[in-house]
Amino acid sequence: MEKVTNKYDRRSFLKSSALAGGGLMLSFSFLTGFKRSDGSSDASGLNEGWKELVGYIQISSDNVIKLICPNPEFGQNVMTSLPMILAEELDVNWEDVLVEMGPHDNVKLGPQFTGGSNSVRMYWRPLRNAGASARQMLIKAAAQTWGVAASEIKTNQGILSHGSGKEANYGEMAALAAKLPVPKDVKNKDVQNFSIVGNSKKNVEGLKVVTGKPLFGMDYRVEGMKIAMIQHPPAFGMKLKSFDASQTLKMSGIQEVFSFKLYEDDFEQGGFDTRTFNELIAIVGNSTWEVMNARKKLKVQWEAAGELKQTINGRGGKTEMIIPGRLETTANQYEMMAEQAKKPARQLRKDGDPETAFKNAAQILERTYNAPFLAHNCMEPMNFFAHVEADKALVAGPIQAPGWMEPTLSKLLNLPPEKIEIQMTRMGGGFGRRAYAQYAYEAALISQKVKAPVKLIYTREDDMTYGIYRPMYTATYRAALDENKNLIGFHVKGGGIPESPIHENRFPAGAIDNYLAESFEIPSNITIGAFRAPRSNFNAAAEQSFLDELAEMMGKDPIEMRLELLDRASKNPVGERNDYDPKRYAGVLQLLKEKANWKGPKEGNVSRGVAAYFCHNSYAGHVVDMINKDGEPYVEKVTSAVDCGVVVNPDAAANMVQGAVVDGIGNAFYGGLRHQNGVSEQSNFDKYRMIRHHEAPQNIDVHFVKSEVDPTGLGEPPFPPVFAAVANALYQNTGRRHYNQPFMTEPSSI
Amino acid sequence: MAKYNLNINGVKRSVELDPTTPILWVLRDHLNMPGTKFGCGIAQCGACTIHLNGMAIRSCQLPVSAVGNQEITTIEGLSENGDHPVQEAWIEHDVAQCGYCQTGQIMTAAALLKNNPKPSDEDIQATMSGNICRCGTYLRIKEAIKTAAAK
Repeated sequence: MEKVTNKYDRRSFLKSSALAGGGLMLSFSFLTGFKRSDGSSDASGLNEGWKELVGYIQISSDNVIKLICPNPEFGQNVMTSLPMILAEELDVNWEDVLVEMGPHDNVKLGPQFTGGSNSVRMYWRPLRNAGASARQMLIKAAAQTWGVAASEIKTNQGILSHGSGKEANYGEMAALAAKLPVPKDVKNKDVQNFSIVGNSKKNVEGLKVVTGKPLFGMDYRVEGMKIAMIQHPPAFGMKLKSFDASQTLKMSGIQEVFSFKLYEDDFEQGGFDTRTFNELIAIVGNSTWEVMNARKKLKVQWEAAGELKQTINGRGGKTEMIIPGRLETTANQYEMMAEQAKKPARQLRKDGDPETAFKNAAQILERTYNAPFLAHNCMEPMNFFAHVEADKALVAGPIQAPGWMEPTLSKLLNLPPEKIEIQMTRMGGGFGRRAYAQYAYEAALISQKVKAPVKLIYTREDDMTYGIYRPMYTATYRAALDENKNLIGFHVKGGGIPESPIHENRFPAGAIDNYLAESFEIPSNITIGAFRAPRSNFNAAAEQSFLDELAEMMGKDPIEMRLELLDRASKNPVGERNDYDPKRYAGVLQLLKEKANWKGPKEGNVSRGVAAYFCHNSYAGHVVDMINKDGEPYVEKVTSAVDCGVVVNPDAAANMVQGAVVDGIGNAFYGGLRHQNGVSEQSNFDKYRMIRHHEAPQNIDVHFVKSEVDPTGLGEPPFPPVFAAVANALYQNTGRRHYNQPFMTEPSSI
Repeated sequence: MAKYNLNINGVKRSVELDPTTPILWVLRDHLNMPGTKFGCGIAQCGACTIHLNGMAIRSCQLPVSAVGNQEITTIEGLSENGDHPVQEAWIEHDVAQCGYCQTGQIMTAAALLKNNPKPSDEDIQATMSGNICRCGTYLRIKEAIKTAAAK
């Protein structure tokens, strides 16, 4: 098969600098604007405005090959899978390479953003090109050295060879290769000839993880470092009035207690500079335990914050937001959503004439779904190290988007960005939470004030009650059937606190002649953020439960009913824009049907639920097998099918799908954060129920669609459909439909 | 402030600090042994699991004053080079995603196998249910424990 040729833009450049040993350092900068490997330029999930991408390879003269991982690792395996892509095209033996986490340098290393299931898809082409370019330069260096034509030189696992018998390893040619210009064209390997990508490789940090090496921000330490904690208001909608730290300051090991503003009132926030509390108290001391204890001695007066105006300059441009001052209670939040849902909403998409379809319907199915706020609950609580000096700063810790935090840090510290060094540690989970860097800003401001290196630590309670949650959502779905039970109209109206979940251009849009999608938002002082597959994690739960009930009403098998709709969307799509590819969507359902041996929703004492969803340009579906264990519904087995294009590291990819399934079951059954007068009712794992070992399935059988399509997202897509597959199995198990999460303690207040 | 001589991973370590200080923070802050993790501080997540006389316990709830000369083993002392059968099984099954909870999981699993070398699925579930893995690697944890038990 003919190789793909990739051209570098004229403005691309090679920066080369000699290593101590006279080796080669290649770094490519692509100043050509950003386009993801899947061809979409739509910013899904978390991303915004990529401009530069770079691959990064170092080879020493003694043939040590070092591959730099550009993106922060939070458990999605990028520290292994991204270097695998480099190694594939460079043509080196995987066992011979060293992998290192890169420094923060968006010019050299690209966006360096972990989120939106973007890592592999946005780095796929750039890293392949970087590896292939480096290989080509090494070949050219050998050709010049040996006086032969480059086309006669072959590479094999880090060895250059020529038919005359000449042979050299990459290290021997690295110094000369570093002086050569970057090739204008590079040939990528054919996907079918891959020997590293597509073959499972173990986590490069596996040994460090199991031996407890200091990988995480929590483990970051420098000599003379102080420990800091913050005290934030006890409720959303409250602010600091005054405090008395006299008892705190008497405690051993305490250095300083002061209040500080994270942002000045008129501070123009970036899109991810979410402002939960304006003013905080910092407690700084020698050790964690001393600071924890001393904090308890603070005497603080809080008062109502009232209405707040914020200016946010995010990717959607500059907006002014009025944040209400009310102290919210969960029961009222559900009431507010129900009330708002009765009012006219913003129309997002309309195909055909849905009003007439519903007027002429023989049968209408209408159902409302609700879901609570969710806390991310990363196992490693938020923390950051900062050492801010008069003319420079070093900050280090767990962060998903270092490039977004840099401009804000620069403004807050009044230091130019080039004087701020950001180090990314391994993250003890992220799930979207660590794209919001307020904890890093707090650490930096505290360090600046106390003029010392400081590590800010959140306790679990600080972490769980600080906001930036998955929003609360509601959606009402309606379907119109004619007298022959044909689906003639579809309507979804969704909203949330404080954002709407609706993706109007996704399935089943495109498959139904008369379609209407509407949206509303209810502002709140409870802050929210991206949470593994934002919005999708609710939409899939609601829509895929609704389709299950609709299929039953239509007298159809739930998989067949979806396949019929997808067939319609494929052959004769409705509307101008449908985000999904109905063939790939159907392909996942077909694979799922085969692998799960699906015959229907009941198999003896096993209740089966099915759901599939499209997001982050990938397709994922599950069949959940539920039984009763000790009188409780229990998901014993899950069969999963995923189409995410080429799978880079199959075993790690399967691990992520399995994790998404467990995460989905846990949140569907137990997840939820409730409020009473603005106070979070749960603040630790004694009250916030997390799924545990005995509640996880015995078996999660993961299948990937075989594909040569450039990789699409994987960290998020398997998560959203789990909720609905669980709900649909629950219905088969209990005979009752579940509309309100979490299912095991379905809220009575709705 | 009081002075304590602790027996950690077979080595005597002296610390002088507040008697209420949990061993978790003695290890992390005072002895620079960060393999034992802080997760919840209320013995609900298991990230801070260590061995006290061979028993798995939550170090966030164990004040330094209560230890005396009992033997403490941490992840740093479980093996010289990460070659404890449980650690090897963890690598074989590539269990970790983010990895933060895994040292606690491994310490709980190692204590389980020491006291019950051939645990049933129910034994594994009952013992491991005190350790939360937010990434959801429970299935691989179970498989890794079975692999380690077979060695």
